[in-house]
Amino acid sequence: MQHGKYRFIVGFLTAPLAIYGLFVIWPFIQSIYYSFTDWSGLSPEFKMVGFKNYTRLLDDEVFWKSLQHSVMLVVLLPLVTLTMALFFAFMLNVGGRRRKNAAIAGVRGSAFYKVVYFFPQVLSIAIVALLFQFAYNPNSGAINSFLKAIGLESVQPDWLGDPDLALWCIFAVLVWCTVGFFVVLFSAGMASIPKDYYEAALLDGANRITTFFRITLPLLWDTVQSGWAYVGILALGAESFAVVQIMTVGPGGPDYSTTVLPLYVYQKAFRDGQAAYATTIGVALLFVTLLFVAVVMKLGRRERLEY
Amino acid sequence: MGSTSAHNDREGVGRRDLIKRSAALGLITVPTMGFLSACASGDSGGDEKVDKGKKTKENPLAVNESAPLEIVIFDGGFGTQYAEDAKAVYEKNFPKAKVKFSSTQKIQSVLQPRFNQGTPPDLIDNSGAEQMDMGVLVGKKQLADLTPLLDAPSIDDPAKKVRDTLRPGIVEMGQFDGDPVWIMYYAYTVYGVWYSQKALDGLDAEYPETWDDMLAVCAKAKKKGIAGWTYAGKYPYYVPFSLYPMIAKVGGREVLDAIDNLEPNAWKHPAVKTCFEAYYELYKKGYILKGTPGLDHIQSQTAWTEGKALFIPNGSWVENEAAKTMPKDFDLAVNAPSGIDSSDKMPFGTIWASGGEPFIVPAKAKNSEGGMEQLRIMLGEASSKNFTSSVKSLTAFNGGTDGIELTPGLKSGVAALDKAGDNVVNPRIQDWYVALQKEKIGVGGLGEMMAGRLTPVEAIKKIQGYADEAAKDDSIQHYKHQ
Repeated sequence: MQHGKYRFIVGFLTAPLAIYGLFVIWPFIQSIYYSFTDWSGLSPEFKMVGFKNYTRLLDDEVFWKSLQHSVMLVVLLPLVTLTMALFFAFMLNVGGRRRKNAAIAGVRGSAFYKVVYFFPQVLSIAIVALLFQFAYNPNSGAINSFLKAIGLESVQPDWLGDPDLALWCIFAVLVWCTVGFFVVLFSAGMASIPKDYYEAALLDGANRITTFFRITLPLLWDTVQSGWAYVGILALGAESFAVVQIMTVGPGGPDYSTTVLPLYVYQKAFRDGQAAYATTIGVALLFVTLLFVAVVMKLGRRERLEY
Repeated sequence: MGSTSAHNDREGVGRRDLIKRSAALGLITVPTMGFLSACASGDSGGDEKVDKGKKTKENPLAVNESAPLEIVIFDGGFGTQYAEDAKAVYEKNFPKAKVKFSSTQKIQSVLQPRFNQGTPPDLIDNSGAEQMDMGVLVGKKQLADLTPLLDAPSIDDPAKKVRDTLRPGIVEMGQFDGDPVWIMYYAYTVYGVWYSQKALDGLDAEYPETWDDMLAVCAKAKKKGIAGWTYAGKYPYYVPFSLYPMIAKVGGREVLDAIDNLEPNAWKHPAVKTCFEAYYELYKKGYILKGTPGLDHIQSQTAWTEGKALFIPNGSWVENEAAKTMPKDFDLAVNAPSGIDSSDKMPFGTIWASGGEPFIVPAKAKNSEGGMEQLRIMLGEASSKNFTSSVKSLTAFNGGTDGIELTPGLKSGVAALDKAGDNVVNPRIQDWYVALQKEKIGVGGLGEMMAGRLTPVEAIKKIQGYADEAAKDDSIQHYKHQ
């Protein structure tokens, strides 16, 4: 009965694996190779320089700043986003008052809220960043105008122009545009948790907080864990790059206050003509990403619950 | 399904199939990989140059009359019409040549792969935010020496070399170390303090020549609810446009040269400190438009044209760039930076003026003679006049303003240049060390000081640190004033 099973599997796997190897693994190997050269990115000539790029990396203040910001984002963004998303999803699906016919339900108008939360997800990240750039304009932007309108004329921060605030401004935008996706994802997860559990808990007199920690969270753990890895990678890569590049137009905020690893890679490769050094930073980014995923997988390991 | 539909007699074939398939895959993969790595750093293509044409009086650069020419222009504040007009002249002179013309705002994204493949176009306007680093291009020998162009007779007067028709400083700016000229700057930019003459008249004030007068004018403006200054807060490297010539005025040219040469303690010169303190005083006295550190160049220019601030450090492109928001009766004017007092080393009028819009001919261009010939056409009086009248900026060609009705900003720029005479300074740190100038000194030092987060002493210390770092960094090419 097993005849041809492997042939079948291999036949189907070779093409995708080859494509994966060619477009994912091979560029990785290539970048690692280039990180040992002095390639400028502006001419086809280059030579091997050994570990020079790596020793330079250790002394590079801007690199350490970018690393620090990237690590901050990768730790805090999943924490804040997922906590908020869990809270919202719980309220939308379970947290409502008891009503006729239904033992458990979301708060009033939860269907509407779901759409509202999900809305930012529909917009391109570039549009979101541009919109917020206008909102943060200290002279005529929405936020400072709002502060003025409610009588806080003396509080008019420079937002993106202030090194103490700039990174948090970006952080807020990242949270704003990722939370909605997880509200919907967690709502879907919660919908598959059998209602009997909640009813039994309610009969036993459990309040909302207990229900959440004893039933919802443990049963949702797998979803939370993948969500964690997903936001973390967004925070390390694409989203943070786009937002920083568009919003803090300068070289990564005032006094390097918002520069992140992918932005630094981009600047070195496409502005300073130091493509080899950029690949070196890219290799560092690769390690940070792998480390992050390893940590998430390790910390997140729980006994599998079946229901 | 696979496990049930397989027959016994096909078992062996399956394994062979597998080998065949992987071999086939290998056949596809290997060339693809070759293709990919060619993208990253191709060494193919390249040196097939076109044959030279016949050198004649009309064709001193020996352009091949039938060879195709490719031009890529940066589509920025000056647009592309001027270059298209010049291209039409080339086509008229060489009717057999096929000229390919394109423009982009993303010079680097478009051209970097082509440099890597060794197939760059013949003439490039390497400008804008995505400018390719000139130091790297020169260091990696990717640019053609433009000396033949400079020594060719000019298009208007065969008795004169192109070199002799240019404004002062243009040729030197195109050099890095030694004689070869790598870059032909086409526009000529006047940097300084820009303002509305009307607004100044409204305050019943004159343009201040000393810093005390400057503070007095700002105080007057403040009483009327107008800020004295604004600047591109997110790009504080606009501040040097008036600050650097002020340093030269106060302490002499040598101070700026020492800064350009990355000499130790160049920034510790007393003149630097005096000027930093003068600018810091603008912040301390509240003469800078509120919220300025959070504005970009367009936003700050708009606030300025709306009359919210009096002065802005900028370059002569601002007349074209801010045209949309500038009121008709704005009466744009530029002046040299105010000094401290009469003990300054250089007279009032000392100004920063230098080339803009850098044109390059790649070393690997197929038709480099054509590229240079196109530049020769552009540097003629007719093309130069066309540029000046359509985009309100001077060109590298010395003259070409006769008979054109100059706009207010341009007129005042020409007057400022006349007044400056020989006292034109040209800090090279801006084109030699882009990252150092823009983000380290600009954003990290001056931006922080102008926002009030660093004192002048702290800013100088920080900037000196950045400069020392750059001097030690052997990953960037270093240059010295000759």
